[in-house]
Amino acid sequence: MLRVFWTILKRDLTLAMRRRTDVLTTLFFFVIVISLFPLGVGTEHKVLEILGPGVVWVAALLASMLALERLFAADYEDGTLEQMLLTAQPLSLLVLAKIAAHWILTGLPLVLIAPLVGMQYHLSDTAIGIMMLSLLLGTPVLSLVGAIGAALTLGLRGGGILLSLLILPLYIPVLVYGSGAVQVSSIAITDTQPYLALLGAFLLVAMVFAPVASAAALRISLE
Amino acid sequence: MSDFFAQGGYAFFVWGAYGMAAVLLVIEILQLRAQRRTILARLGRLTRMRDV
Amino acid sequence: MALNWFKFASPASFYPIAGRLVPVFWALTIVLLAVGLYWGFFETVDQLGGNNPQKEYYRIIFIHVPAAWMSMWLYVVLVGWAAIGLVFNTRLSFMMANAVAPTGAIFTFLALWTGAFWGRPSWGTYWDWDPRLTSELALFFLYIGYIALHSAIDDTRRADRAAGLLAIVGLVMVPVIFWSINCPDPNQCAALHQRSNLMRIEGNILFSMLVMTFAFWMYSFATGFMRLRSIILTREADSTWVQEILNKENRA
Repeated sequence: MLRVFWTILKRDLTLAMRRRTDVLTTLFFFVIVISLFPLGVGTEHKVLEILGPGVVWVAALLASMLALERLFAADYEDGTLEQMLLTAQPLSLLVLAKIAAHWILTGLPLVLIAPLVGMQYHLSDTAIGIMMLSLLLGTPVLSLVGAIGAALTLGLRGGGILLSLLILPLYIPVLVYGSGAVQVSSIAITDTQPYLALLGAFLLVAMVFAPVASAAALRISLE
Repeated sequence: MSDFFAQGGYAFFVWGAYGMAAVLLVIEILQLRAQRRTILARLGRLTRMRDV
Repeated sequence: MALNWFKFASPASFYPIAGRLVPVFWALTIVLLAVGLYWGFFETVDQLGGNNPQKEYYRIIFIHVPAAWMSMWLYVVLVGWAAIGLVFNTRLSFMMANAVAPTGAIFTFLALWTGAFWGRPSWGTYWDWDPRLTSELALFFLYIGYIALHSAIDDTRRADRAAGLLAIVGLVMVPVIFWSINCPDPNQCAALHQRSNLMRIEGNILFSMLVMTFAFWMYSFATGFMRLRSIILTREADSTWVQEILNKENRA
């Protein structure tokens, strides 16, 4: 079982490493969106400090959503996905591996770049730490929930914009608690614990149910 | 009568809410009837084409 | 009584039943609307409460609350039919789900719109990021997402099943969304506000509100069955029974 997971994970990572620009586009999209906000709302320190957590999280939402389109697309086009459906291994495990690879390529870079964008918004060191932690817990949830939408919109014309319509409302809880944790961290660091605990709970629940739902969605889409 | 339409000076809000409700529900009904007519007409044309 | 429910589950046998039920539901809708509106406008007091009374504008409640209730209830109905369709693989249940969705979306929009028109005179603002308003907005997006996904897929079977799965995922997420908006700060979650208690509402107002709710419900049945009949006709266009109906109507 675990071997299957690792094989798929390694395969997806290797494939992505051969086309590194895909990974970088997501990352730069994230950075550009965040850099545009101060130009729009003004560069006053106080304003940016208040807006920072929300802006970073909304940008993370959009970046991970844009990347979702490619989660199954390549495998769908060359027929690999259909082969995966026919294997004896449980499809949800394969899907989980694909989501994990996808998160390592698109979610993890966002976590690692967070200190840089935190500095753009004059966030304190603790706030940046909490932001990295909340992104670390939250972005996998985005990938997991988003995978359901990606599976449902597989191969549709205008799939990307449709995907955003389906998935963004479902991202609300992660957004609320993710940016909430960062906002609270500037007041009292101990108060952030419930936020992070909730994000962790979301992650666990999503890890159990999202792959099953995505697998069901893939079967519907490929029937 | 005019008292009724004035709603104590809150006519805009009361009739704004009720008006939108009425408009939307009527539009839905009209749309459903139009939809049914077009479907019947289209299917009727198809049958006649088949019969010929 | 050994009633075979699956007999009614075929579009061919349900089409005429729905056709006979539509006028019944329209009659019920009109009667209930007439009673509810008359009672709401003429048998209720003009002002509510003491020091800071709700003036005549509180009468928006007679469409606002029923619309909000129906918007939620119809989503549950939609998900129920979609789930039945996914489990038992019945065509009619997916058609039911599709027939309900637009009416539900309209009620969701109406709940938001009437809420805005009520909020302006009573709170002084058309929109507030209140938990209920925000979750109703999220519900509206879920309806739109269902309809958009269904119309984006050409293959009917895939469209039915994909949109159905999306609706189920949405229903699971609705409580989480509501809760996260209701309580953005988990450190003090006891601060739930704007509770409503049906028992505390004055009798005439409650009566009119409930009658209006039933009116909207009957309206949903009527429009739902009308849409269902159109959907059945479109999807079953090539079957013999549809041809027979068409022949009959052509002769008439």
